[in-house]
Amino acid sequence: MNSKPEIMPADSSIEPLLEVRNLHMQFPIRRGAFRRTVGFIKAVNDVSFHIRHGETLSLVGESGCGKTTTGRCIVRVYEPTSGQILYKAEEQGRIDLAELDNRDLRPFRREIRMIFQDPFSSLNPRLSILQIVGESLRVNRVASGSELEERVASLLKRVGLRPEYIRRYPHAFSGGERQRIGIARALALNPRLIVADEAVSALDVSVQAQILNLLQDLQEELNLTYLFIAHDLSVVEHISHRVAVMYVGKIVELATTEDLFTNPLHPYTEALLSAVPKPDPRLRNKGVRIRLEGEVADPSNPPSGCYFHPRCPYVQDRCRQEEPAVREIKKDRWVACHFAEELDLRGFEAIGSTPSV
Amino acid sequence: MQPTHTKLDHVDDTAKIDNQTLLDVKDLKTHFFTDEGVVKAVDGVNLSLKRGETLCVVGESGCGKSVTARSILRIVPSPGEIVSGEINFQQRDGEVIDLAGMNPKGREIRKIRGGEVSMIFQEPMSSLSPVHTIGSQIMEAILLHLPVSRQEARKRAVSMLDLVGIPRPSEQLDAYSFELSGGMRQRAMIAIALACEPQLLIADEPTTALDVTTQANILDLIRDLQQDSGMSVLFITHDLGVVAEIADDVVVMYLGRDVESGDVDSIFHDAKHPYTRALLQSIPRYDSRENRRLYSIKGTVPHPFGRPNGCPFHPRCDDFIADRCDSIDPPRHSIKGEHSVRCLLYSAADEAPSNKDVPS
Repeated sequence: MNSKPEIMPADSSIEPLLEVRNLHMQFPIRRGAFRRTVGFIKAVNDVSFHIRHGETLSLVGESGCGKTTTGRCIVRVYEPTSGQILYKAEEQGRIDLAELDNRDLRPFRREIRMIFQDPFSSLNPRLSILQIVGESLRVNRVASGSELEERVASLLKRVGLRPEYIRRYPHAFSGGERQRIGIARALALNPRLIVADEAVSALDVSVQAQILNLLQDLQEELNLTYLFIAHDLSVVEHISHRVAVMYVGKIVELATTEDLFTNPLHPYTEALLSAVPKPDPRLRNKGVRIRLEGEVADPSNPPSGCYFHPRCPYVQDRCRQEEPAVREIKKDRWVACHFAEELDLRGFEAIGSTPSV
Repeated sequence: MQPTHTKLDHVDDTAKIDNQTLLDVKDLKTHFFTDEGVVKAVDGVNLSLKRGETLCVVGESGCGKSVTARSILRIVPSPGEIVSGEINFQQRDGEVIDLAGMNPKGREIRKIRGGEVSMIFQEPMSSLSPVHTIGSQIMEAILLHLPVSRQEARKRAVSMLDLVGIPRPSEQLDAYSFELSGGMRQRAMIAIALACEPQLLIADEPTTALDVTTQANILDLIRDLQQDSGMSVLFITHDLGVVAEIADDVVVMYLGRDVESGDVDSIFHDAKHPYTRALLQSIPRYDSRENRRLYSIKGTVPHPFGRPNGCPFHPRCDDFIADRCDSIDPPRHSIKGEHSVRCLLYSAADEAPSNKDVPS
């Protein structure tokens, strides 16, 4: 019943809702008694991508790769060091969120909302569900009194909770129900873009399935756009239209889900796909395993050339010296590797999975 | 409150488990006596682990898989205690002992812990001491269980770090846990656990907090070490992908019960229990592109104080039989070989004694 990813949103004619250009986010490292800045952690390092209206773009990568920081820059929890975050507002046209101050950001904070990872720490235990979900409605003077209650009740219904729960407190709910409350809170102001930061990572598989289905239903009903930040590649494969792979603050590959999983062009993507455990014991020890040696590079002191070169199985001299630029190899297919055309990398299927029907 | 030693008198009863079985848990019940009431975290779990094999205990949070593991080592936190059941463990000398009957603070169990049975945990950061070096934590285990000098212990610790793939082991011996990355910390914890060559390694979600590439490396490491040493592994996880990669046998738990157990192939390709099937259907799979909707189990796991009568899964089960599933506690029903299930859909056939086959 849900649209397949190949259809609507991958259509490149649709104007991007959000375009991120050369985004940088650096955190200073301070040491000593005077808290002098001794260096910078380049958490996000020259990241560019766009999200089309109605699509789900996933950011994947290992912990510390900057995917969460990117999401937080977009909702402007952080003030980016440099770069542009061009948002296509409903009325005003394109606006650079990166340069707005807090007051000017207010109207856009209603349109770009966030869902958090941990349903236990992201809800204030001392507020009732009515207060949690209704807060943004009240603060923005959208509704109050009995109208507010009605709005919250209908939001709860929409995310699959019973409206009678409106006066309960978060402790009375399970993890999955809490995540639904978090989603209801994000939906309260009819947002257009939702940044879901590891929204299902803390949930059990059966609950995770419920929440993923809910997110897909909501996307269809409300024409939402998602920036889905996750590390679980099977979830990403399931929900996204396009996927961006990040490594040490940079996007190394960006492609449609289908292309990325069947035909990765960056060695890091190949290694990530190879590491995903396949839920079928008959595939055990089938196919080639790629195991990365060493550790993720230190973002305050990254290696020369390609950041991935110390762990890359296909490394050549050029990779050690010259940093590869992100290139658009063909339409909607971006990769940052000198040898993307020459390498014959294995996709998810080739590594070991039953042929898809 | 403490269990008595009387059960130790039965140690000569070797018929309890055969030679190939290292660990046999029978009808284990671990309850938590809280002020609000009794939480039956583990309520009748059976599992059996053969020598050199890997048994995965899989289930969602709150199903009692971790409490089961902790019960085996007798490190269930207060106010939990083992109420009944047996944990028969075959020691290196062939003697079978019942760990459930031991005093959790006694000398016998302390000899077992870290010696014959050791455990690795989910969060390496919080289970390693931040104020001791990695080396001193490995040496502690060695000196406690083996008759060696400090120098020999140090040498052994270096070789352990080398074994688990930590680079520059003699330098890293003096590192603190916070100086290591997540994957390296987990390797250090494995080194501590394996320092005394245990017969049984209990791994409680050892890769859950790790990135997928690191997870793959740690799973490979556990598998390789197991092949070399012949130890058995009891692997607790909620990730069915991990189960498919490493398990020989699988026990599926729901609300403190083993609802289905069998070899890994039967569980993944011939699952009988509606819960097992639902779990398998709810994971996103690469080959399910056509159907973009995931199967989801209706409802949620019941509150620990509100355990349903009869089969614990019946309020969420699609195959629920009224007046039976909500009143009859399903017995274990053997399907084929080791594969058994606790579900009335199958054991209904048992009532006619001649018909042993399963209606499916």
